[in-house]
This record gives sequence, structure tokens and C-alpha cells, in this order.
Amino acid sequence: MAALLALVCGLIFGLGLIAGGMTDPAKVKGFLDLLGPWDPSLALVMGAAIAVAVGPFALAKRRKDRQQKAWSGEPIELPEVQTIDARLIGGGVLFGTGWGIGGFCPGPALVALSSGFLPAFVFVIAMLVGMALHDRWLARR
Amino acid sequence: MPAMNIAWHNFTPVAALVGGLLIGLASALFVLGVGRVAGIAGIVAAPWRALWARGRRLPTLRAHRTRLAFIAGLLLAPWAWQIWAPLPAASVDVGNTGLVLAGLLVGVGVRMGNGCTSGHGVCGLSRFSKRSLANVLAFMVAGFVTVALLRHLL
Repeated sequence: MAALLALVCGLIFGLGLIAGGMTDPAKVKGFLDLLGPWDPSLALVMGAAIAVAVGPFALAKRRKDRQQKAWSGEPIELPEVQTIDARLIGGGVLFGTGWGIGGFCPGPALVALSSGFLPAFVFVIAMLVGMALHDRWLARR
Repeated sequence: MPAMNIAWHNFTPVAALVGGLLIGLASALFVLGVGRVAGIAGIVAAPWRALWARGRRLPTLRAHRTRLAFIAGLLLAPWAWQIWAPLPAASVDVGNTGLVLAGLLVGVGVRMGNGCTSGHGVCGLSRFSKRSLANVLAFMVAGFVTVALLRHLL
């Protein structure tokens, strides 16, 4: 049940990424290029996604606080950490730099990979290596 | 500072709003139905880690079945899309070296900062998390600066 629901969520999420133009690195870079002819589209993608999700996340928080479970029966897990530290900011800077170079972030890269877009394949392999590199050697013990 | 130059010919507001709506809907369904935050970086990193760590200290892939199912859904998306319409064009303006560098930076960065555009961006901001806002500001500024450097200043 949970897995089937997760599959549907991933599918809708991926369709949203394609519809919103996120799977085209050129489109993403057009958004990140403030000094060039700027394409504000992706701000609307983010804005619309947040507008839709705010209510449901508040509801999820309330259900969690009342020790209620998710529809599938799984416990509701929301991040509790609130620390703002150098790792959080440094990680954001590294991610943003990579995003700016390639025009790919993780979700759209996976979707583009599955569509057979070769650059996404190269990116995703490197991303997986980067994740393992961090988790193996750079993670705080 | 020159006035901002909007690329109206590239601006696709309706598609962007529809895309955002679907992403928001999927995130909402995921948290209410499955009980977790739809952060792609974490969803990918957890089973990937279990795989390369060979289950020595971590639970095996079975424990990650909802994450793997979500990834399967993501991977199905372009195929489902093509049932109705051709996929939109995609292009990159960097070579393989750039892509490898970008991938490494994104991989290390999203693990260090514990999230990406989806986890901190969509889900975190929807929860009004200050921690997520700090991370989003960091990656947005870094993205803007990187493209400015690559396209205009170097």
C-alpha cells in the first residue's frame, strides 16, 4: 500500500517536473541567469508547489502531534532538526554551484536520465559518487 | 545596475504553474499518505548508501521500498508523459567534464546540507522551516553567482 502510493507520488512528481520545464537544464539556467535575459518560470513552479503543499504539511504536522499515522499506516516523520550551521550553508553553496554549472538538480536529473538524455546519465553517476563520497568520508561522525 | 531584462519569449507561466501544482500535490500525497518528506536527495541517498555499505550496519534495501517505489515513479514519468505528448526538448551547455563536476558538487552538497530543491525547497519552505530557508537561500545565491560567473564575468 505504502509502496504503491509512493510510486504514484513519484510519477506525479516527475510529471510535474517535466511540465514545469525543470528537466531541461537550459530552462533552469535561464532562470539562474539574472544578468542575462531572465526566465522567471521556475519561480512559479516553486511558488505553486509551495502554495499547494502548505496546507497538507500543516495537516501532517497536526496528525503527527496527535500520534496519528499516515494513510498507509506508516508513522509520519517530519524533520525535527532546526540547527543552522556551516554544513547546512556550505552544503547549499556546493549544491547551488553544481546546479549552476550543469542545470540539473537530483529529481529532474533522474527523470531526464530515464528519458534517455545522455548528459543526465553522466550527471547522475557523478552525483551518486558525490553522495557516497560525502557519506563515506565527509559525514560528521 | 541595468534594469532587469525578462526573457518573455522563454517565459512559460501556465506550464510552470501546472508543473508546480503537480509537484506540490505529489509532496502533499507523500507526506499524508506515506508519512515522509518528498526530498529526492534523501530518497536517493538512503537506498544508495544501503547498497554500497553492503548492509553491514544498515538495513537492506527492503527497508527502503517506499523510497525505491518513489524513484520508480519518477523514472516512469517520462514514459507516461510520452503516451500523450512528446517530451519537451532538453539541452545542456557544458561538456562531460562540466557534468561530472556538477554531479559531484550536487551529490556532496545535498548530503552535506541534507536536502535539495525538493526537500528543503518545496517541502521545507511549505513547513516554514528556517533551516530549510537558510539552505535554499544558500543554493539559490550560489546558483545565481555560478551562472553569472560562467556566462558573463569569466
